Amino acid sequence: MSDLNKLTLSAARDGLRAKEFTSADLTEACLTEIEGAGALNAFVHNTPEIAREQAKAADARLAAGDAPAMCGLPIGIKDLFATKGVPTQAASAILEGFKPEYESTITSKLFDAGAVMLGKLNMDEFAMGSSNETSTYGNAVNPWRRGNEETPLTPGGSSGGSSAAVSADLCLAATGTDTGGSIRQPAAFTGIVGIKPTYGRCSRWGVVAFASSLDQAGPMTKSVRDAAIMLEAMCGHDMKDSTSADLPVPNFEALLTGDIRGKKIGIPKEYRLDGTPDEIVKLWDDGAAMLKDAGAEIVDISLPHTKYALPTYYVIAPAEASSNLARYDGVRYGHRATLAAGEGINDMYEKTRAEGFGKEVQRRVMVGTYVLSAGFYDAYYNKARKVRTLIKKDFEDAFAAGVDAILTPATPSPAFGLGEVSDSDPIQMYLNDVFTVTVNLAGLPGISVPTGVSATGLPLGLQLIGKPWEEGDLLNIAHSLEGAAGFVSKPEKWW
Amino acid sequence: MSIDIDTARRVAKLARIRVEEDALPALASEFNAVLGFIEQLSEVDVEGVEPMTSVTPQRLKRRQDGVTDGNMQEKILKNAPDAREGFFAVPKVVE
Repeated sequence: MSDLNKLTLSAARDGLRAKEFTSADLTEACLTEIEGAGALNAFVHNTPEIAREQAKAADARLAAGDAPAMCGLPIGIKDLFATKGVPTQAASAILEGFKPEYESTITSKLFDAGAVMLGKLNMDEFAMGSSNETSTYGNAVNPWRRGNEETPLTPGGSSGGSSAAVSADLCLAATGTDTGGSIRQPAAFTGIVGIKPTYGRCSRWGVVAFASSLDQAGPMTKSVRDAAIMLEAMCGHDMKDSTSADLPVPNFEALLTGDIRGKKIGIPKEYRLDGTPDEIVKLWDDGAAMLKDAGAEIVDISLPHTKYALPTYYVIAPAEASSNLARYDGVRYGHRATLAAGEGINDMYEKTRAEGFGKEVQRRVMVGTYVLSAGFYDAYYNKARKVRTLIKKDFEDAFAAGVDAILTPATPSPAFGLGEVSDSDPIQMYLNDVFTVTVNLAGLPGISVPTGVSATGLPLGLQLIGKPWEEGDLLNIAHSLEGAAGFVSKPEKWW
Repeated sequence: MSIDIDTARRVAKLARIRVEEDALPALASEFNAVLGFIEQLSEVDVEGVEPMTSVTPQRLKRRQDGVTDGNMQEKILKNAPDAREGFFAVPKVVE
């Protein structure tokens, strides 16, 4: 059977159980595809030996009839997850050569469920970016192109390697992480599904920290059903993460009934931004119409503090990053600068961090240092934390009024060209997350679903935002939207 | 609020990131762009609003205050740029 790499998780799972092929077959198909996809720069550390060993073990489990849903399915792992004995750099030069002596909780859970790791995936350095252009490994490239143009496009960020790899069928699915939109925006840019669960659903233990109060991991997949399957394997309480929720994990796939009759879907007026391209507005209106046709009730809602979400984020995230990234000092792991005669420990810290951190990471660490420094802590950091309370309250009010989920665009534009958004104007890049960042600030689950194509032939996605801990309901609504939109396009292979 | 070169130098120092003198003006101007963007927050009335400490209202789990892990000196030192005799080694700190 050919093209096994193109399968969804659910189709591959069913095929494995029906003994149509083995995990070894699936794994070889993906490894071959990865081999030929160097131009995408999605996989940055390949682990074929681990993959083959895990596939063999998975086939034995399948034969023995002891096989959880993820058993034998080859996936890619974002470089932000600590993987034992395998390079884990968060796409930063400062972690050059770092091989963790431990496994992150999420990868442990996936491996316990029988998943096969093909390798580590490219990303923005420390997950700071929206285009995968801040990576020490170089840019990941979107498998999609504008019509017949050859301009290389961004696969989005920060989980750009994950989105490129899944979209190009190099793997069946991938892990991502999302601090301000880093799963949902790249998913939208590459025509795949990405869900960020409720804050606390997935353990952060062993995931390189960026902004701890916002970071959540989640799956990036080819369908909503796949997202349900993989999310279930990733979720669950973990004593090693004090913010991990001790709640039962539902069988998300079983909740995909497709029945959304009577669901109330909110359309927030504040997301109708000036300058949003017509095709994005149309995509949004079409999505609302599809949900209405499926029996949902569409209601206009107001989230009045939306416009303050990005400025709030750009205080809180850098503040937490400046604290989290203080650990990269050249003492315990990673890069250490060479010192000249007479230089002391402060020179070591300063030179190590100047050499090891890229420009955007340095910028955010310093902005964070500034907003936390004496005299500015109240004016910036505390102010932002208060506005964050108001942003969360906006959502609580909407849900209290009976709204089940909120529909918005996932991104303000289709994927842009690499280098098209100038490095000298960071704000321009930050605006990519305008629709997604509120969800992290409020700790809510959000999912991006591909529902259309731009005039230039690129995928476009819509975002659904759910109530806390109601990923099951959210996935079901997303499943209905996915079915109605019928997005089936794939990028034409040029790599 | 405008950031001058002295402030940029001080912030770089606090963050322990070496920034050469000739790079400071550009850094100050980038800070100003970001802070100008953040400045919008001053419009928001936050009178009586509590600053958020935890996005999900849950009480942190308690556990017995006991040793649950340890004895892995070798693993902990494994990735150190310079480890000697069971310790992390750094340049001389005390004169």
